[in-house]
Amino acid sequence: MNNVDAFIAALPGIGRGILVTLELTLGGAVFAFLIALALGLATRSRLLLVRGATRIVIEFFRGTSLLVQLFWLFYVLPLLGIRLDSLFCGILALALNYGAYGAEVVRGGISAVSIGQFEASRALNFTSWQRMRRVIFPQAWAQMVPPFTNLLIQLLKGTALATFILLHDLNFFINELRRSTGDTLFAYGIGLVIYFVIAYLLTLGMNAVEVRAKNRIAAGPTLREVMGLKPPKARSQIDQTPRSRMTGVIS
Amino acid sequence: MPTKSAARTTAVPEPPRIQFEGVVKKFGLNTVLDGLDFSVARGDRVTLIGPSGSGKTTILRLLMTLEEANGGLISIDGEPFTHERKGKRLVAASEKYKRRMRTKIGMVFQQFNLFPNMTVRENITEAPQHVLGQSKDVANMRATELLAQVGLEGKADAHPSQLSGGQQQRVAIARALAMEPKILLLDEVTSSLDPEIVAEVLAILRDIALSTDITMLIVTHEMQFARDVSNRVLMFDGGRIVEEDEPEAIFTNPREKRTQDFLKAVL
Ligand SMILES: Nc1ncnc2c1ncn2[C@@H]1O[C@H](COP(=O)(O)OP(=O)(O)O)[C@@H](O)[C@H]1O
Ligand SMILES: [Mg+2]
Repeated sequence: MNNVDAFIAALPGIGRGILVTLELTLGGAVFAFLIALALGLATRSRLLLVRGATRIVIEFFRGTSLLVQLFWLFYVLPLLGIRLDSLFCGILALALNYGAYGAEVVRGGISAVSIGQFEASRALNFTSWQRMRRVIFPQAWAQMVPPFTNLLIQLLKGTALATFILLHDLNFFINELRRSTGDTLFAYGIGLVIYFVIAYLLTLGMNAVEVRAKNRIAAGPTLREVMGLKPPKARSQIDQTPRSRMTGVIS
Repeated sequence: MPTKSAARTTAVPEPPRIQFEGVVKKFGLNTVLDGLDFSVARGDRVTLIGPSGSGKTTILRLLMTLEEANGGLISIDGEPFTHERKGKRLVAASEKYKRRMRTKIGMVFQQFNLFPNMTVRENITEAPQHVLGQSKDVANMRATELLAQVGLEGKADAHPSQLSGGQQQRVAIARALAMEPKILLLDEVTSSLDPEIVAEVLAILRDIALSTDITMLIVTHEMQFARDVSNRVLMFDGGRIVEEDEPEAIFTNPREKRTQDFLKAVL
């Protein structure tokens, strides 16, 4: 069987694999975001106990590898009598791991908002919740989107580890393709392209989010500045500069 | 901690709007306010003058609960401000109590501190709606009035970043007034403005001062403004009041050497 025939034969599988990968990515991202919010806000608690506990949780889930967390959830917990669905395990591990990283993004975004904004909202007698929701978070959000984009792309790549907990994700079917063709270069080449395309689409989506977030807090000039930035080199790679060249969205 | 004022303030028929009694404020080893006593009557417009670093901003920030005193008692309308009464005792004020006291006070900052994620109108209506519980219509109507008062009728839908510094500060004034404060704190509100814009902001403040009975505590280097607007001037140095008098008297005929030196330097 030549490569093209093998690829065509593998397509339905790859399609299902892409779906599983997307489920892991989006499910993981949504829950990671919620965890990041909760932990990120808790790092700013007035209570030392809350801050301390939060620190420990964050450091724990950042400091142990995603693979080990997956193995614990999938192979160790059943030994303790807790059996979780493998897709759920995958999403949970991704959420905890990237949520811990995201907590730092949330914390950093909030502390980047100028102290004057906190003071003005206190002078207007907002409750601390109103202050966060109406004044601080919308401004911090614009700061958070670029690092969240990086985390999302990393999370996508992290989903490939789900193969190890017997999920039939994209990575699994790429390995199947390698086995059926015996052509490592070809199969992994296909894998590379598909992951890259997904990452690129996610980046485009996040860039739209970023443009909107910036537009909301500043209007004209800042938006134009953002548009004027050089196009990014490698979108799927970790890249700390804001990537907001979204011709489709801006024009 | 202080307890001495409780009996006295309740005995007076109309307590001072603001009263500082033995207020101490330290930053680390730096004692900025060292047993400060002063009071401001209702409707008074008081200007604080004094060299940079003498603690003028700290006084306003204590009143806005942006800083906490290390000792002494601050009262508003005879009620303890930094402390609340629990039975006969005074205990450190809870956030809930502070929020209640804070409704009486508004502040305008040197750096404006408008919210960049909101339009001018939203900057003005957000707190009245969500803190005072005004309806959207009422808050919007009041915002329109206030914008007219500060000469920015056409700017309701602009974003702060589209306004000049002077315009932003006028929005900040409108935003503070929308909360209907009894006390307005103005901390060098023209110091970060270009000289040619200072006059427009001062004119608006003068108008507000003379058309309302809001008690004002003003920190400014604009001595002519202080003279026009305030009915009392307090000269600060070394964490205490060195001299206080009516503006005319203190500016033309200061008694204390330190006031004379200070005025010579700024006038
Ligand atoms: N947050 C702070 N931390 C440490 N020192 C401060 C802080 N705020 C003010 N100070 C100090 O307190 C003193 C009084 O400051 P301030 O009230 O701003 O004076 P003024 O407004 O009269 O210039 C200064 O010596 C200043 O350095
Ligand atoms: Mg000052």
